[in-house]
Amino acid sequence: MLDLGRLGFSEEQADLLEVATRFCRERSPISKVRSLMLEETGFDTDLWTEIAALGWLGIAIPEAYGGSGLTLAETVPIVEQMGRRLLASPFVPTTLAAQTILAGGTEAQKEALLPRIAQGARATLALAEPDGDWRLEQMTSLAEDRPDGRIALSGEKRFVLDAGAAEILIVSVRRHGEPQLALLEASDLPTGALRREIVIDETRRSFALSLDGVVISASALFDPARVRAALDHVHLAANLLSAAEMSGGALAAIEYTVDYARTRKQFGKLIGSYQAVKHPLVDAYVRYEQARSHLYSAAHCFSEQGAGEIAVRMARIQTETVFAYAADRSIQFHGGFGFTYDCDAQLYRRRALWNASQNGDAIYHRRRLASLIF
Amino acid sequence: MTTTADPKDLKAFAADADAWFRENVVADPGFMLPLTFMEVGTDQQFHFLRDWQNKVYEAGYLGASWPKEYGGGGLPQAFQAEATRAMRRHNGPIMLNAIGLNWTGPLLLDIGSEEHRKRFIRGILSAEDIWCQGFSEPENGSDLGNAQTRAVRDGDSFVVNGSKIWTTLGRYARYMILLARTDPDASRKYDGLSFFLAPMKIEGVETRPIRKLTGEHGFTQTFFTDARIPAHDLIGTEGGGWKVAMRTLEYERGARGGQAGGYVSVDTDAFAVLGLARSMMRDGAPALEDPAIRDRMLDFLMEIQSQTLCRQRLAVAPLNAERPSALPLSSKLIGTEFVRRINEFAVTLTGMKGGYYVGEPEAINAGLWPRAYLNAFSATIGGGTSQIQHNIIGEHVLGLPKS
Repeated sequence: MLDLGRLGFSEEQADLLEVATRFCRERSPISKVRSLMLEETGFDTDLWTEIAALGWLGIAIPEAYGGSGLTLAETVPIVEQMGRRLLASPFVPTTLAAQTILAGGTEAQKEALLPRIAQGARATLALAEPDGDWRLEQMTSLAEDRPDGRIALSGEKRFVLDAGAAEILIVSVRRHGEPQLALLEASDLPTGALRREIVIDETRRSFALSLDGVVISASALFDPARVRAALDHVHLAANLLSAAEMSGGALAAIEYTVDYARTRKQFGKLIGSYQAVKHPLVDAYVRYEQARSHLYSAAHCFSEQGAGEIAVRMARIQTETVFAYAADRSIQFHGGFGFTYDCDAQLYRRRALWNASQNGDAIYHRRRLASLIF
Repeated sequence: MTTTADPKDLKAFAADADAWFRENVVADPGFMLPLTFMEVGTDQQFHFLRDWQNKVYEAGYLGASWPKEYGGGGLPQAFQAEATRAMRRHNGPIMLNAIGLNWTGPLLLDIGSEEHRKRFIRGILSAEDIWCQGFSEPENGSDLGNAQTRAVRDGDSFVVNGSKIWTTLGRYARYMILLARTDPDASRKYDGLSFFLAPMKIEGVETRPIRKLTGEHGFTQTFFTDARIPAHDLIGTEGGGWKVAMRTLEYERGARGGQAGGYVSVDTDAFAVLGLARSMMRDGAPALEDPAIRDRMLDFLMEIQSQTLCRQRLAVAPLNAERPSALPLSSKLIGTEFVRRINEFAVTLTGMKGGYYVGEPEAINAGLWPRAYLNAFSATIGGGTSQIQHNIIGEHVLGLPKS
């Protein structure tokens, strides 16, 4: 019978879940989330320093490169709790950039960059392009060899998270007709290469990046033999962490709505006593718990051939679906207040729309999943 | 029970159990077996399943972990778990005496008297004494606490009048766990109830078969007319029946005295439905190639995986820390609604032949799917309807105000 994955939970995950639950609750109250939304960088650099000091950036980096030698599974409870509190930080793009370097970088690149990231250097990925296709190996940006041995990049990238604050960027380009990945330092970018995009999730900072005029050395190119594998890996890793964010977000949307349903009265009764409100909330909650089980199965099986991909896609589908439902109902059940900017329901709904738009939506993953299973 | 297993040698026990079930499971008795104990509809099914349970018990593979002095095997729980696994591996038929095995037995081992245990446990395991449950009433289904069947003390007896409904195996049962009102004036409706181990084969107890939506029989309605129950067969305290009833519900999640073992229903096999999607043709191609069918099939496989993962998660305390009752309290709602919907989908998959029913020689799988779909409502309605389950989860897990 087909292996669809199974749930497992390490002691390290348990410890990190406990610490992250408290840390994110205390350090990212909704008032702070809203004040950071107004700022240009969109996150708190002091908090970032703390996150680095906690060692969270090195969790999935091997000890040989300055990390703690655990796996991506151990970052899942952290990202889940960050998602629950809408904690703004470049933790996810930085973690994914480190994963990409691990999977496709040369030995010299790993030695140079991974310890820096583990120490708190912010990094990000520039993989998407203006066509908005989720297929990572399909890119039009180019890397062309110059007579002086250096390499000229050209083309446009989109949805580059926290690029304005990143020291290290990894861009996907086509070189000799093949997909390739290249490392950039922020200092390699000409002035005006980055433009902040207006995105639906105001807790995020996303940028358009123009590669025209960027010149890099050949040593900035990844190991060509491992680029496709690295792109596959980062696609799944991004979806695992997105599922973690959405699991946390779904719970937050449900808890926020439950609190309101327990205190708001209409027609002389608490609105949570009406079954037209209560039953959909229960449906959302029950589906959230199921989605969360999928998340921790995906985390546990992530590195397994076969079951890993199945489990990640299932977790991604389940968490996206329930987050959308919970946040949508949150707006509705807050009534007139739900229609206002002040009601936090919009924060969750916008977050859910953003996450659904990145790395493939549920429909996309269902098709991929079907071809794995049937 | 004849087991002489060495309590230290779990491996040898598991191997013996495996061999025994391989040899003794009858693949095809020549008639359709019920999927759950609630679906036993004919004498033929009843006698086959009673003999089967007796045989499993005598071989030492049921009640293996219940105390020896009452008829069990006296082995650690892991032994019974191995026996149940072997039973499942070889697709053994269900255990018939479900109420006895899952409710009465654990209850007696938990809070019963020595005399009750000696008198009842062996008969529960051997299936000599079939048990039924008398909780629901015609006017009080989901609102169990409002039960109105009266039990009035008269010397050493209680005199019972009233009616219970949805009595599974009622026609065959020798005993009933009965919830009856001993104090109609109690300030809270729950405080007026008492819990009895009531004999069924006595004067004043009459059962009448109920014909189910499938056309089959299975349940009865039970009528009490001045039926006399010995007072010493009240379990718990007089007026404490609701607490006892709630306690029995916990046994489904693991009994204090150990579980009897076996299973009383066969899980719906999502992979069998997948097989159906591959074998049934639509427009000259397997149904599974239809993108709409494919997408729905994917949903069902994900749902069954959700349930498997949630069961595995029960053992991971840190992942249940914030709301420990969430998964246990939602599993009934999720599981029963899933069974209903996947069987409904299976009927759809059979296309034109979805119009056939049990008895028609050309029906797909002898009409298993439509019958399973119709029978699935017994679980989405019985034991607290899905609608009431929503209220329970909303109020007890999320803390929403009472409806």
